[in-house]
Amino acid sequence: MTTGINISRKGVGTAALLALAAVLPLAVTEPSQQNFLILILMGAQMGVAWNIVGGYAGQVSLGHAVFYGIGAYTSTMLLLTLGLTPWIGALAGGLVAAAFALAMGWPCFRLKGHYFAMATIAVAEIMQILVTNSDALEGAVGLYLPMDQSGWGVLIFLSKLPYYYVILGLLVLTVLVSWAIERSHIGYYFRAIKDEPEAARALGVSLTRYKLIALTVSAFLTAMGGSFYAQKEMFIDPGSVFATTISIKIALIAILGGVGRLMGPVLGAVILITIEEYSRTLFGSTGSGTDMIIYAAMIILVAVFSPSGVLGLLGDLRRHLPGAKPAEVKTSAKEARP
Amino acid sequence: MTADILFQVLVSGLLIGLIYALVAVGLTLIFGVMDIVNFAHGEFLMLGMYASFWAFALFAIDPIVALPLTALLLFGVGVIVYQTVIRRILKAPMLSQIFATFGLMILLRGLAQFFWKPDHRLIPHSLVSGNVAFGPVQFGLPQFVAALGAVGVTGALWMFLHRTRLGTALEATAIDREAATLMGIDGQKMFALAWGIGAACAGLAGGLIATFFPIFPEVGSNFILIAFVVVVLGGFGSVTGAFLAGIIVGLIEVLGGFLVGPEYKTAIVLSLLLIVLLVRPRGLLGKA
Repeated sequence: MTTGINISRKGVGTAALLALAAVLPLAVTEPSQQNFLILILMGAQMGVAWNIVGGYAGQVSLGHAVFYGIGAYTSTMLLLTLGLTPWIGALAGGLVAAAFALAMGWPCFRLKGHYFAMATIAVAEIMQILVTNSDALEGAVGLYLPMDQSGWGVLIFLSKLPYYYVILGLLVLTVLVSWAIERSHIGYYFRAIKDEPEAARALGVSLTRYKLIALTVSAFLTAMGGSFYAQKEMFIDPGSVFATTISIKIALIAILGGVGRLMGPVLGAVILITIEEYSRTLFGSTGSGTDMIIYAAMIILVAVFSPSGVLGLLGDLRRHLPGAKPAEVKTSAKEARP
Repeated sequence: MTADILFQVLVSGLLIGLIYALVAVGLTLIFGVMDIVNFAHGEFLMLGMYASFWAFALFAIDPIVALPLTALLLFGVGVIVYQTVIRRILKAPMLSQIFATFGLMILLRGLAQFFWKPDHRLIPHSLVSGNVAFGPVQFGLPQFVAALGAVGVTGALWMFLHRTRLGTALEATAIDREAATLMGIDGQKMFALAWGIGAACAGLAGGLIATFFPIFPEVGSNFILIAFVVVVLGGFGSVTGAFLAGIIVGLIEVLGGFLVGPEYKTAIVLSLLLIVLLVRPRGLLGKA
């Protein structure tokens, strides 16, 4: 969004959006359509979480599935072995993922650009292989959540509606964290690291320290999203939570909407999940590949024509409208190169 | 007895490593010339395999005989990809570049699935089939011929880059784009050439393994991560480095699979990627 909009208008817009989201299931009562809304909120939550490290701090992770998977497996294992409620399990998953992010970020943040992205892919792929071959985690077979229980304690529901409000709550939490970071001095440091790393270093900003903060917070929130996925699907296996395609999708949601913008990933999720689901239901049933072609064509078009995402595109349009105030471009197209 | 097994393992590692090298030289060439990582490189290999398959299925041309055709076809694909997509993202942020080639990867897979179905296909009764035995060591003739072909193509590429005017111009562009432009080298033409050659190399690798490897739309995913490891180990942009690294990666993969367990061989190769990135990011022969 352009800086021409003042905070109160933005605040009103956000409140209206939240109110709309809260009452939407009253209008959309069909389970499959409610499921579709849940998928959008899940995608938005992942994208907003990724945006903290990939957008604000400009560290392109293509391995976020590792945090997603850690979250899903931690809460599920705690529920299955200790009977621990997923409310605490999700926090535990977040903590494990945060610790993993620290351990992984410490060496990997010595790398820039392509090199960092590749290292994150490698970490997630290695993790997927290790979990696939782990007997304790049931390997490739996967884990089933208890089918005979339901309710708020075990966070398993027979209808879609409670899931909708749980993921909406998690999305709001994630957006709030992201918003708080954006407004704090940490957010300024993140952007400095992204746009002018050398200048930031010269001013005494510890690059590694702030990159680690970004990755750790992002990992924590992504893992909570993973725990939610396990609760909703009631089944997880390495391919469904650790796959690189998930990492790519997480990043894509943010890029599509607008990298480094608070609500960019939310818009990105609405667009991406809608296209994904509709092309799947319209063309995908035969396994013909049409859904993949549409998905891919969209990725390429965005990459080629709108590097700053749909929000960037809207900003450009606004600027070209007659009578529009010339607005500053908030996010820089500059990125670290190896 | 143990020595024989070890020798057998090393030979099969060498044979597959040479294929990895051929896939990776194209990837490293593209990166060296224009700093773009091509996530769709495995799909060029996949298209090469399908080119062989259809040459065989429709015209009964053996994959080995069809190789020049495969190379030409994939050269065209590479140039088209450059002209339609890559040319537009040369100055885009890294993120856009990653997603453009990543989108290409899914697009090519989707198109292959759309036109040729997701089935696994095999080419039966190729000219090269059966086993060869060197004393106690046995290996398949198709694998041997493929490795030999990979050496030939990589060697030819090296000769082209170092012994011809056009190849030298391409090398010059890789070393210093601006200086090359000042010397009258058309950068755009060189970029297109790099994509053509890169795709042709991957396509040739596909054609060579089509005699013994199942052909399906997602076959490229088996090769792309390994090709990245090879490129990083060899040093981004170094063709000679990629050749050496391909052999090393092949050996480590097969040896690691033999010692630790085949299910962990990819994890071992990816750990090698992490180690190289952290210890020596410029790889064996990369520019500092």
